[in-house]
Amino acid sequence: MSGVPPAGGSPSGTPDVVVVDELMAAPRLRREVQRTLGRSLHVRHLDAGSCNGCDWEIAALLNPYHDLQRLGIDIVASPRHADLLLVTGIMTRNLELAALRTYEAMPEPRLVVAVGACAISGGVFAGTYAGRDGIGEVLPVDVFVPGCPPRPEALIQGLLLAVGRMPAFAAGRPPSGPAAADGGAS
Amino acid sequence: MAEPTFGVRPGTPVEGVAPDALGSRVAECIEAGGRFAMLVGLDERSVGGDGLAVEAVVQAPGGAIARLRAGVSLDEPAYPSITRLVPAAHWDEREARDLLGIVPAGHPDPRRLVLHERWPRGYHPLRKDVPVSIRPPDAERHFVPFEVHGEGVYQLPVGPIHAGVIEPGHFRFSAIGERILHLDARLFFVHRGLEKLVEGRAFGAALPIVERACGVCTVSHALAFSEAVEELTGIEVPARARWARVLLAELERLYNHVGDLGNICAGIGFQSAVSRLGWLKERLLRINDALTGHRYLTGIVAPGGLAFDLDRDGLSALPRSLEAIGTELAAAVRSIVRSDGVMSRFHGTGVVSPATATSLGALGVAARACGLDTDLRRDAPYAAYGDLDVEVVTASGGDVAARFHVRAQEAGASIRLLREVIRRLPDGPVMAAPGEPPTPGAVSVTAVEGPRGASWMWLRAGAGGTVDRLRLRSASFANWPVVAAAAPGNLVPDFPLINKSFELCYACTDR
Repeated sequence: MSGVPPAGGSPSGTPDVVVVDELMAAPRLRREVQRTLGRSLHVRHLDAGSCNGCDWEIAALLNPYHDLQRLGIDIVASPRHADLLLVTGIMTRNLELAALRTYEAMPEPRLVVAVGACAISGGVFAGTYAGRDGIGEVLPVDVFVPGCPPRPEALIQGLLLAVGRMPAFAAGRPPSGPAAADGGAS
Repeated sequence: MAEPTFGVRPGTPVEGVAPDALGSRVAECIEAGGRFAMLVGLDERSVGGDGLAVEAVVQAPGGAIARLRAGVSLDEPAYPSITRLVPAAHWDEREARDLLGIVPAGHPDPRRLVLHERWPRGYHPLRKDVPVSIRPPDAERHFVPFEVHGEGVYQLPVGPIHAGVIEPGHFRFSAIGERILHLDARLFFVHRGLEKLVEGRAFGAALPIVERACGVCTVSHALAFSEAVEELTGIEVPARARWARVLLAELERLYNHVGDLGNICAGIGFQSAVSRLGWLKERLLRINDALTGHRYLTGIVAPGGLAFDLDRDGLSALPRSLEAIGTELAAAVRSIVRSDGVMSRFHGTGVVSPATATSLGALGVAARACGLDTDLRRDAPYAAYGDLDVEVVTASGGDVAARFHVRAQEAGASIRLLREVIRRLPDGPVMAAPGEPPTPGAVSVTAVEGPRGASWMWLRAGAGGTVDRLRLRSASFANWPVVAAAAPGNLVPDFPLINKSFELCYACTDR
């Protein structure tokens, strides 16, 4: 399935340009994944209390436009199979136990990416009785991807940024603190 | 039997009802042709009262509403449950008990709903004397699932964390062999305390929170909220904004319906259709982006009209894009419904009878696929829908095939409606001057027909143009119990398909 949209398939030229740029960059990104990871990256999505906006953008990574698998990255069904936890939402109280168990079920080394304003700081829901102000209060975050929701391109960038940090984990060195993906990818 | 008092908006008067007469009064209004809209729990102390209250809202066939309110004392916060007379109210009553401590005595399911077992007893966050930021200590109690027991019956717990990129919910199947006997759906894992968070905030500051009840129904929720604020403050929305709101609402319906048609196919692993429709949905999201700068149309609808005008280039490109998408969508749908393999899975799966849909108060596609001819765009028009001829699509099967059919036809109807709106979109300003702050205690009840059905908003003003109490009852909230009713008799592996055919949102249910 080709990710290249047909000419004139989009209402304004702008979004298509982003996809074309991204495709041109794809060989470089693929090399990055292969160089740093040497194998495929398996991602587990975890909704920890989002509005479902970030989650639909994660789902959009799998559509023929973004075709995440072309980068050697795939979403897996179980945390047992995952190298990376892609977390959306504020971390609600009703979910906290299940979210922690999901993280604990992952084999090490493991990475955590906080997706969207809510996962970073609670977003518009900060200060609520019903949860935390971001997932960082209970999970060790490696990369923050800002946005409400972040665009698919920003999510891809965040995933690759996280992958670049894998060697530090593999060598047993502590991470040098959270990194932030550039949300202005598109 | 007294005549039900349906009032015309705005300013529908409240009918005071004795607590033990509430259920029978609401049932009378429904028997007179009304539809249950919501039950809202209230703490009256912020508006000069000395206790609690529950208010039921029923909508008459013409769109007028009746508001029936029963007072409940703080010392003994209980009233006779109305659920046995009005089954559609069963989750509303459980929610009011958790969040306000108003006990529906005799409710058939007294378990917790919104605040799970880790929340301490006696903590009711929507009480006015409880600050928003208090996070009480954990309680050590355990969830008691509703299970069917007997020879050969086993329990299948699924979730809250699921295998796909989907929202969290716990499903407890009682099954015999592969056949579902009963489904207990436990939600509210993504409860974010939205209704408490907006209290005391200015309308404009509450909007971004209300809008994010659900990331893919942002236009619907922003529109229902804006209409309520406009009614309270006496703002007249400029003509261009009224028409542009229809355009945005139909674009929201279209990208949701196209995506949902693909998701239904994902429920049976029909990958070529998933890719085809996923591709179309992505193009619709890019259209949204070009028009408003946001792929999910967030941030444009605001009290008074629109926060900014639609992008000129995006708008001029829209008719041609819609035409291409309409053609490709029709071709994709044709290829799906002509596949015997697909239709044999769709037909007769997840059947909901019209009687079940009526009594549980099903809304939107879920209702229309059971033959219930209901659509607020036609029945109680808002924005510029009153000037448009809205095609209402119904089907009779009540199964997955019917819900697929209704969505596919509605997507086509949305494209036709969009074409007309673009043609007739007037020029002029998109934002009205700010209105007067409403009288504290004034209430507005509004509803819009979102992609999943009617989204109801109950808004009471506080001092100086702030929110005193807001309740948002989304179509997903109304339809979840219908999903649970659609499951028994089907095979467990068909449940993902049934679930996707309703395509409900957890986020705006849980808030």
